[in-house]
Amino acid sequence: MGQVLLKSVRKSFGSAEVIPDLSLAIPDGSFTVLVGPSGCGKSTILRMIAGLEDVSSGTIKINDRDVTYREPSQRGIAMVFQSYALYPHMTVAENIGFGMILAKRPKAEINKRVGEAAAILRLEHLLDRKPKQLSGGQRQRVAIGRAITRDPQVFLFDEPLSNLDASLRGQMRVELAELHSKIGATMIYVTHDQVEAMTMADQIVVLNNGRIEQQGMPMELYIAPKTRFVAGFIGAPSMNFFEGSIASQHDCDALGVRPEHIGLRDDDGDLTGRIRHAEQLGSDTIIYVHHDDYGQITVRAEGNRVLDIGSTVHLTLPAEHLHRFRNGFRIQD
Amino acid sequence: MPAQRLAKLSLDYLLLAWIALVFVFPVVFMVMSSFKSDLQLLRDSASLRAFLPVGDLSFDNYAKAFQRAPIGLFILNSVFITAVTVCVSLLLASLAAFSFVFLQWVGRSVLMAAVLATFIVPFETIAVPLLLIVNNLPWIGLDGFKTSWLNSYQVQIVPFIADALTIFLFVQYFKDLPKELVEAARIDGATWFQVYRRVVMPLSGPVLATAAILKFLMMYNNQLLWPIMVVQEESYRPVMLGLQYFFQLNTAWGEIMAYLTIITVPVLAFYLVLQKAFIASIASTGIKG
Ligand SMILES: Nc1ncnc2c1ncn2[C@@H]1O[C@H](COP(=O)(O)OP(=O)(O)OP(=O)(O)O)[C@@H](O)[C@H]1O
Ligand SMILES: [Mg+2]
Repeated sequence: MGQVLLKSVRKSFGSAEVIPDLSLAIPDGSFTVLVGPSGCGKSTILRMIAGLEDVSSGTIKINDRDVTYREPSQRGIAMVFQSYALYPHMTVAENIGFGMILAKRPKAEINKRVGEAAAILRLEHLLDRKPKQLSGGQRQRVAIGRAITRDPQVFLFDEPLSNLDASLRGQMRVELAELHSKIGATMIYVTHDQVEAMTMADQIVVLNNGRIEQQGMPMELYIAPKTRFVAGFIGAPSMNFFEGSIASQHDCDALGVRPEHIGLRDDDGDLTGRIRHAEQLGSDTIIYVHHDDYGQITVRAEGNRVLDIGSTVHLTLPAEHLHRFRNGFRIQD
Repeated sequence: MPAQRLAKLSLDYLLLAWIALVFVFPVVFMVMSSFKSDLQLLRDSASLRAFLPVGDLSFDNYAKAFQRAPIGLFILNSVFITAVTVCVSLLLASLAAFSFVFLQWVGRSVLMAAVLATFIVPFETIAVPLLLIVNNLPWIGLDGFKTSWLNSYQVQIVPFIADALTIFLFVQYFKDLPKELVEAARIDGATWFQVYRRVVMPLSGPVLATAAILKFLMMYNNQLLWPIMVVQEESYRPVMLGLQYFFQLNTAWGEIMAYLTIITVPVLAFYLVLQKAFIASIASTGIKG
């Protein structure tokens, strides 16, 4: 029902080509997360799907219907903005029901639908307030409520949680996931947050310079990144890359190992370095090791390790967790 | 409070009070003089007494001023001309600015530059061509068909409705509004006109008040050159033309002061009302917060 298809979509602003040629299929009912470095075109893609930005060429289909030149309100989408974009002069109820007010729906129906959305998002007691009388999390929920009452086939989220503090973000993450399973609409979600991407997505699309680097389930991308870019982008802290002799030993030009897969030993290992810095996170310890040939190596060790800065450590690279790349592409085993 | 901060604060207030006084003095002089006879007025103007209610005070000047000129009519004319111009101007300027800022159409940046460029053209340079135009414009009014706009209200209103400054004020304000609000409204199914009416204008209180005050002052205070050119009949004259009634064989300064005091009242009233609305609108929209 809410399948989104982009076919050969191109977008340039003046002479700057932001999206060179993008084809993307987003299955109905999926939770698809778009990630990529700043400026790679994530918001632009979302805005083109929403109809807020014209495509330079190509077609966009939602639910098998060509919507390339449709008005935003005619596409069966709803969008939640990073800044929430609540109308400051309207109450929460008016904000949520504005679309229906414009469509001149009967009062009773508006009240009912606003009430339903408010119940889902626990906003009932705030309906008469103005946005500036709400906390950040409450504003975010109003913005989501406004999207829900549109009853869209596709929800578009542009970094909706990035203005919230960490604990609220965790809570909203769970609520959004619940919302997705409750209403079952397609959701397309842009984020910078690794945890959001890994935990919420059925499908992650990694973008770089307006091109798709890889598209797949979170674990697929984590276990078998197709390109060096994806390998470095997915996972935090980022994957370590070794070039030079150790790479040629493994018959590749870059050897990648995730910090959590590197073993830490006192006696003997594949590499030897000095500890420069350690971050104790409680559950884990992130250790930054300096190696004379390969520079900084990041290691993630479980538990709370107490380590001497400056001391020598030995690192092991387990064979089953090595990622080999040549010319930026993964070498299949 | 430490002595140093207190000293700085008092200095600030002293400075502000002094600036306020500089601006207020001419008004005080005008009001005080309107109660004095010409003789005393001229004698007092050499000293600080000019700003004080001293000597023989009376309402004589007011009585005589009302006899000399139909003040009520002039004020009514001016207020009517100004009010209509301000209202229509705010409507059209905000619509034009909305189009410049939010709508995509070919040539809009060129046209906006052209509109703003008219800002540097002084009215005096276009006064004569404008006179030739309005002299030959037809009009159908309550009193039938006419072939010229001379001696009318519309000749004092229509040419002044559109001005670059008012459009510019709205353009600047609209550019600072969060773009996402407009986009959210578009997704909610609002037509462009509904975006204008239901989202953008309700948030434009501050710029409406600013533009209204500026436009009001421009209109009310500058009705001199143009009315002289296009209005010969007394019934359409604005207040500034009325001033000429007092520069006769010997100038009646006391009456002039009385006249000026009377015609200043609408300006002050308008300003006070809008100032309140201005502050209220900033407080209620909360865009800045
Ligand atoms: N209206 C515009 N005019 C000109 N260039 C634009 C416009 N909007 C976006 N761009 C450019 O397009 C590129 C992609 O922008 P976009 O906002 O899609 O990036 P993004 O991936 O969302 O980045 P971020 O993660 O920082 O939000 C950027 O280089 C940006 O400068
Ligand atoms: Mg973005």
